[in-house]
Amino acid sequence: MLRREFVGGLLVAVAGRTLAAQSPKKPKTSDEALKERSEGLRPNVFIHVASDGKVTLVNHRSEMGQGVRSTIPALLADELGADPGRVEIEQADGDKKYGDQNTDGSNSIRGEYEDLRRAAATAREMLIAAAAQRWRVPAGSLTARDHAVWNGSRSLGFGELADAAGRLPVPKPESVKLRPRSEMKHVFRDLPLVDARAIATGAAKFGADVPLEGMLIAVIARPPVVGGKVVRLDDSKALAVPGVKQVIRMPEPKPPYKFQPWGGVAVLATNTWAALRGREALRIEWDHGPNAVYDSDRFASELSRAVHQPGHTARNVGDVDTALAKAAKTIEAEYHVPHLAHVPMEPPAAIARFEDGKCELWAATQNPQDARTQAAETLGIDESRVTSHVTLLGGAFGRKSKADFVAEAAYLAREAKAPVRVQWTREDDLRHDYYNAVNTQLLTAALDAEGKVTAWRQRTAFPPIATTFSDVKGPSAGDLQQGVTDLPLAIPNVRAETCDASAHVRIGWLRSVYNIFHGFSAGSFMDELAYAHGKDPRDNLLELFGPPRLVTLQELGVDKLRNYGASLDKHPIDTGRLRRVIERVASMARWSDRSGRALGLAAHRSFLTYVAVVVSVKKNALGKIAVDEAWLAADAGTVVNLERARAQMEGALIFGMSHAFYGGATMKAGVTEQSNFDTYRLVRMPEAPRALHVELVESDGPPGGIGEPGVPPVAPAIANAIFVLTGQRIRTLPLMLAGVV
Amino acid sequence: MIRLNVNGRTHDVDADPEMPLLWALRDLLGLTGTKYGCGQALCGACTVHLDGEAVRSCVTPISRAAGRKLTTIEGLENRALQDAWCELAVPQCGFCQAGQLMTAAALLAETPQPSDDEIDRSMAGNICRCGTYSRIRAAIKRAAGVK
Ligand code: FES
Ligand code: FES
Repeated sequence: MLRREFVGGLLVAVAGRTLAAQSPKKPKTSDEALKERSEGLRPNVFIHVASDGKVTLVNHRSEMGQGVRSTIPALLADELGADPGRVEIEQADGDKKYGDQNTDGSNSIRGEYEDLRRAAATAREMLIAAAAQRWRVPAGSLTARDHAVWNGSRSLGFGELADAAGRLPVPKPESVKLRPRSEMKHVFRDLPLVDARAIATGAAKFGADVPLEGMLIAVIARPPVVGGKVVRLDDSKALAVPGVKQVIRMPEPKPPYKFQPWGGVAVLATNTWAALRGREALRIEWDHGPNAVYDSDRFASELSRAVHQPGHTARNVGDVDTALAKAAKTIEAEYHVPHLAHVPMEPPAAIARFEDGKCELWAATQNPQDARTQAAETLGIDESRVTSHVTLLGGAFGRKSKADFVAEAAYLAREAKAPVRVQWTREDDLRHDYYNAVNTQLLTAALDAEGKVTAWRQRTAFPPIATTFSDVKGPSAGDLQQGVTDLPLAIPNVRAETCDASAHVRIGWLRSVYNIFHGFSAGSFMDELAYAHGKDPRDNLLELFGPPRLVTLQELGVDKLRNYGASLDKHPIDTGRLRRVIERVASMARWSDRSGRALGLAAHRSFLTYVAVVVSVKKNALGKIAVDEAWLAADAGTVVNLERARAQMEGALIFGMSHAFYGGATMKAGVTEQSNFDTYRLVRMPEAPRALHVELVESDGPPGGIGEPGVPPVAPAIANAIFVLTGQRIRTLPLMLAGVV
Repeated sequence: MIRLNVNGRTHDVDADPEMPLLWALRDLLGLTGTKYGCGQALCGACTVHLDGEAVRSCVTPISRAAGRKLTTIEGLENRALQDAWCELAVPQCGFCQAGQLMTAAALLAETPQPSDDEIDRSMAGNICRCGTYSRIRAAIKRAAGVK
């Protein structure tokens, strides 16, 4: 039998069954869901043990492919002593009570490892205390494992204890004891990927996949140049497109642009296709504003001029000028890396509903708390009136920390008086990104008569991320910790300088950020020095990083180091670890026996993790460079989920390869020239190395980052391998410009 | 009205015949497993089967699908392939994977024992920004029972 129903305003006749998408129950907030289970034990916002034994663990960070949903709950469960099979994972909404939820900086585990374990240990101690009372035995004689508290062979299930435990005072987090590592049964190994089946069957929900009744789909014609304005608008043709319901002017952002919506004109329709056709039919005259002067080629020459002048000293040891003057030989090289785009496979998408002065959001956001803030600011309402749900993220790489697209949805939902999904197209994504900074560097080294490197001078010029937030002209000391001031060098005279650079596009952070270009230049230049004094590149690298030691601020020639927010006591710069990953990757790649192969090597510490990469390159049938094999060794300290850590490193190799081969967003008259995958190319399967080897150094040290640190050494390793194969030293990315790929 | 047969069910859709199948599936039929990545047949995220053949739904007008047998990821029945995907933990963010699976399933239907070169050729139209290519290759081979 056919029934006729309206879905999204279009008449659809459905044979036989009701559409899942039609009238979903209003989803509960994560708070409401937990409150429904308020009996039992809930010592903090992360854990609930119900009296039927069901354990609910909250994952408060965003899943974007790094596997956090498979990792944080497993860590909580293991510390608690829960049976992973009887645990339910709940995705937290954006709320300050969870602490930091901004899923960037490779921080989820390295930043929260102990706090999360403490949250679970608190629940465990309370369950044990309840059992001790029941049995009238000292708590110290009891253990918690397999979802129960044990006294010898007697046990009480977590469910049986939950209510009594819930009535006990909650111990202070500092006072609870973490399990010794030997007691952790489930983590520090390969963990199951919790969302794999949902992904493989199409059931997983991403930012554009939440159906709301009566929802309109919005696509926005944004000013082609950041800071541009609409001068004249004729929307008559757009409104005539069947399915188009409304055309709404977006608010104009004021500099600094921060995470404000970009402005422009939104077309809202009952389906995406109508909205896209409506947008095409808009007639808009733009005032492109002050950034229409931006030409990224011309800017690259400005940066080049800048690095040939002395800059502001950021790091100084010894006397570089004297050493350069006395050098038997000086080597100098200039490197350039263009703006890079994030291009997550899922372009930004967000859904909003505005009712009774309250806003509810569903978004593929890395930062649900800030999505809430941005929506509240855009709407001029209090944050407490905004609920911010998190879907799965179809890739993010830093793009989705910036909630401009969420604020657009919030604004439109109020103005349209209907729920709205804002859908960015790929073209929108590439043209209106927060690009990684463009960078030029000049590296200069002095060699003495024996070929020893006696001086290293590094000048770097790039418009920093801070330009998106305020009127600054150059990088801060904090920015330079990403591969400049934190770079360990066993060279007596070292100076780093920064040069001024202003921004004409929105600059943002992209997976490993400034490390991308600092890693490329330093990793390439070290290799150049190897050939300049006729050394094996591996031995040369070990010599330049120097003997195993903990590098002091004094040795670095700086007053302080941000060190990715971690203390240097806990996370020192340890050249022993750097050496170890270099030696490990060299042995994996059989470096000593590389005749007939063209191998390139590079190593870099970032986000408190040490990574070394070797790639092998060949020429393919067309005479172009192909990476046929790659090896990566990483020391990330303690790793909770080995399998996802390896997956991140595999992904980083491909991500880094895409930057090296093709990456680059260029601007003419302020407009980004690339618009889709034909003009912004990414590595595809035939280009991906057939063999890819990743090894993690076993360690029980404090955890380092996982998502980002694999990226920086990839591009220099490739460039270094190309030099071996062809004798050509490529210092400007992408390699495509040199015609070699 | 255009009659679509999706995953064995019939839907009569009243929409512009030029509307790409992708948007009809997602917006009109609520089948959100098929993903938008580029809209221009450049990335493969939107891949579905039309009479068993892998097509890019973002550039396939619904008029062309009328009366033909359409399969989306929600209706994919290739247990061996989907199991291999889970066993090797192929997905990272997962966004490209519906398209990867649909392309891979079509490849295996035609070439049950594909070589590395055949896999690379067939999968070249599917981008994975997370870089899961080596596991995709391995999962296809596992499902096909080739080394
Ligand atoms: S969305 Fe169809 S190929 Fe990219
Ligand atoms: S898994 Fe993220 S794009 Fe492929």
